[in-house]
Amino acid sequence: MSIDVRVPTVLREHTGGESKVTAQGSTLREVIYDLETRHPGLKERLVDDSGGLHRFINLYVNDEDVRYLGGIETPTEDGDTVSILPAVAGGSS
Amino acid sequence: MRAPDISRAVGDTPLVGVPGLAPEGYEIYLKLEGHNPTGSVKDRVAYYLIEDAERRGLLHTGSRILEPTSGNTGISLAAICAPRGYKLTCVMPENTSEERTTLLRAYNVDIVYSPAAEGSNGAVRVAREMAEGDPDVHMPFQYGNPANPRAHYETTGPEIIRDLPDVGAIVAGLGTGGTLTGAGRRLKEHDPATKVFAAEPEYGDLVYGLRNLDEGFVPPVLDEAVLDGRIKVDSRNALIATRRLVSESGVFAGLSTGAAVHVAQRICTPRRLPSGSKVVVVSPDGGWKYLSTGAYAAGDVDALAEELAETLWA
Repeated sequence: MSIDVRVPTVLREHTGGESKVTAQGSTLREVIYDLETRHPGLKERLVDDSGGLHRFINLYVNDEDVRYLGGIETPTEDGDTVSILPAVAGGSS
Repeated sequence: MRAPDISRAVGDTPLVGVPGLAPEGYEIYLKLEGHNPTGSVKDRVAYYLIEDAERRGLLHTGSRILEPTSGNTGISLAAICAPRGYKLTCVMPENTSEERTTLLRAYNVDIVYSPAAEGSNGAVRVAREMAEGDPDVHMPFQYGNPANPRAHYETTGPEIIRDLPDVGAIVAGLGTGGTLTGAGRRLKEHDPATKVFAAEPEYGDLVYGLRNLDEGFVPPVLDEAVLDGRIKVDSRNALIATRRLVSESGVFAGLSTGAAVHVAQRICTPRRLPSGSKVVVVSPDGGWKYLSTGAYAAGDVDALAEELAETLWA
């Protein structure tokens, strides 16, 4: 069971500069908590005090925004890719 | 079609099928917004923003309009403002494509650059700072102005329903959120079963930058409750779809169209949409403004995607 996690530049201070790390877990929450054991500080950048996802962070499982899946309880499977991206204003608007 | 001036020629764009690109058992149609007077969907928004400001008495001859925009909205505002005698300042990231900069200058638009590393967020920040200190300028602010989604609620949505009454889903780029919020809401009122999907370009590291996550930006006009899903598209998949549109369907569209078509193809599966569903993709603009990016150049798409990853969406 291994899930690839892609980390944006702004959070790489927690991963020793790595843009891609691996984690385990059958939900996004488990993946985030597993990451925290090896990359301390990452969890509080992603999850707010009430246990939900931060407003200005977008998390994707296989390119799909988890807000429209199961949020932080979105199931994850072996081989999935979790991407973390900051919310930005539109491209050619 | 005959119009007294350019602002009255906005909208009523063609809805065309791309049978070769639709997964078996589904139909995909493109709403070709590149057919608007200045070549993008933003003509609808600019017209509504200016009309709304006029109605509220915020503009007079010689007024100056200030707007953060990396291109299309600026060009549309320029065309709507020119015959009305309004001056226009656009704040845009300094890495905006040369075609757009040249065109804006031709319209006599004043350009203020924001740092490339801050992306569109930076343009929003700089424009806000400038507007705060100057009571003589009016900032329509497309990201937060209800006239933006209203343009799509009152024009884009009804045109789609008129041309394709049994539309099953709509896909559009995220941008300001205006297209999805306005047209999506209209389509759901027409048929609550209609699905609304956002295609979100996955920008390069440069765009996401090193900014503080507490300063992230979610456009106020975006009504996330209208969305059924939000799918990001990397440069490679956007390029593949964009290039297939030209070579197989004869549609020369910009990269955002390719990204949205990729999402349309992805949602055409029985798990999400009943077989036989018709999907409308809002194509925000044609390909002309992006020729200089190299996106349409001959060559291997994988190599091209890698080469253009940082500049494709600039």
